[in-house]
Amino acid sequence: MDQGHSKHEHHTPGYGIYIIIWLVLIGLTSITVTVAGIDFGMIALAIALFIAAIKSALVINIFMHIKFEEAIFKVFLLVSGMTLVVIFLLTFFDVYNR
Amino acid sequence: MANGVIAENNRSFFEESTNRHSGILSWLLTTDHKRIGILYLIAISAFFIVGATFGILMRLELIAPGETLMGPQTYNSFFTLHGVIMIFLFIVPGLPAIFGNFFLPLQIGARDVAFPRLNLLSWYIYILGAILVVTSLLLPGGPVDTGWTFYIPYSVRTGTNVSLAIFAAFVLGFSSILTGLNFVTTVHRMRAPGMDFFRMPLFVWSMYSTAWIQIIATPVIGITILLVMMERLFGIGIFDPSLGGDPILYQHLFWIYSHPAVYIMILPAMGIVSEIIPTFARRTIFGYKAIAFSSLAIAFVGYLVWAHHMFTSGISDTARWIFSFLTFIVALPSGVKVFNWVATMYKGSIDPKPPFLWVMSFIVLFSIGGLTGLVVGSLATDIHLHDTYFVVAHFHYVMFGGTGTIFFAGLYYWYPKMFGKMYNIKVANISVGLFFVAFNLLYFPKFILGYQGMPRRYYDYLPEFTQLHLISTIGSWIMGITLILIFANLIYSLLKGAKAPQNPWGGVTLEWHISSPPPLENFHEIPYVDHEPYDFSLLEKMKNESH
Repeated sequence: MDQGHSKHEHHTPGYGIYIIIWLVLIGLTSITVTVAGIDFGMIALAIALFIAAIKSALVINIFMHIKFEEAIFKVFLLVSGMTLVVIFLLTFFDVYNR
Repeated sequence: MANGVIAENNRSFFEESTNRHSGILSWLLTTDHKRIGILYLIAISAFFIVGATFGILMRLELIAPGETLMGPQTYNSFFTLHGVIMIFLFIVPGLPAIFGNFFLPLQIGARDVAFPRLNLLSWYIYILGAILVVTSLLLPGGPVDTGWTFYIPYSVRTGTNVSLAIFAAFVLGFSSILTGLNFVTTVHRMRAPGMDFFRMPLFVWSMYSTAWIQIIATPVIGITILLVMMERLFGIGIFDPSLGGDPILYQHLFWIYSHPAVYIMILPAMGIVSEIIPTFARRTIFGYKAIAFSSLAIAFVGYLVWAHHMFTSGISDTARWIFSFLTFIVALPSGVKVFNWVATMYKGSIDPKPPFLWVMSFIVLFSIGGLTGLVVGSLATDIHLHDTYFVVAHFHYVMFGGTGTIFFAGLYYWYPKMFGKMYNIKVANISVGLFFVAFNLLYFPKFILGYQGMPRRYYDYLPEFTQLHLISTIGSWIMGITLILIFANLIYSLLKGAKAPQNPWGGVTLEWHISSPPPLENFHEIPYVDHEPYDFSLLEKMKNESH
């Protein structure tokens, strides 16, 4: 195992960014809660998932530092993410056609 | 190749330890992948024997209609425990944890896995999960009676120790995830120089595909279990319809994990078959890349078929035909494998030693299991056969006839390498034959029973089913005797067996280039790999390596 090599620069966003992201996440959560109270019918789920997707993207990229990592980690994460999307889609074939 | 020449006075990993302790502590605190593999072998075999005992006792109850040995509640607990132990403690962790741990580093020319301490932690987590399962039997409330699937709403309402049992499954999941993580990293980072992905033995490919399923699918069951806990403990309505939940959602989430888990069980077995056939046919594997990629294809398509377990649960018609269609696609990569194995044997110089015989019975039993899978994968026939003994027969042919048979094949193939002892070949041959007969007596009548309408999970049945149930029970006795023979042969050889040579079968993958049992750090010099994995022209050269 080699130690963290010197040529690899360590990007660390400042605390300011973390706090902004945190506020954005709280904002998005309150939107989710508000939207849940309005009757959007079939698209309510799509809206909730869309907001959740933005939130996870922020957490994964900034809090989990994936934005600053090597390409291979991004590829692996993308594969897992795509699997999840496919699983969601297939489940919707059931839920929306019952 | 294998320029790692081994010193004459070499000490094996049994005699040398990774820590300064001796005796039992040197095992319990070891970070050596081989010792951890053996720790798993002991624990997993023990649970297999417990699970098999439950199975044999259930068959005894079913020898005649009416109550013969146990009442309905005990029977419900027995089939649940048989399922939970066999699935979560034997067949899911079995092959990756035992043979993956022991042979993955050896086959890629590494000294250990990427994270040896994490590897030991995985074993402890496995043991913790197992202790929780056992505890759930003994506490007031009584053993779980839901079946291994813990279907909602019954599992939320039953008074038995469901919370503890599913928590055990949650804990065992972490053991699985950590093992997967370890293997993916090991395959990416620890291969010997020259060993690119297409020079890896096929067992390594199958372990790699399995590890990915363990990482991606297992968290789903973890989350599902947490949701059930929230529902049981705090009354939050998620799955229970009386609380506003959706019971079919539970089945979706459960099978989103548990169907890929079927491939966690079978892929390593397919990898071991791809090792054994070339060795005993003295021919390179037919269609190396096709087999390697079919492992990945099975791992991927395995994610897309889960709802074929739910055709009769009330899911939408659209979903039903889509999942039925996708299910048939799995047959393609599985067929690719079977045809390639058979093609490998064509014009080979076949040496029918016990591991090879195990593989032959695997091909027959697994093919029956696979083909009857198409019967229950078709929408129309599944409506008739769902929840009958047909399904019980089908998954025993796939799981026990598939993975279980290969557990023994792997054990009989690698036993001389693991322990440096040789077992009695004649007794081993008899065990395979007896196993094949016992297996078909035990499970084939269940296909007919299911077709005639015998439902699953009942301790009692109508008189017209008596004869077939009796045949099946007799099969279970022969199976019990065979299992004793299989294990007794190995244990006796461990104590009194002849010393095994370095390469008893004439295999050419890297594990056969080192002494039996292997030295502590596997290779004195990391080998350089400049050829494909099953190049039998190496055998002549390898004769000089043996001691």
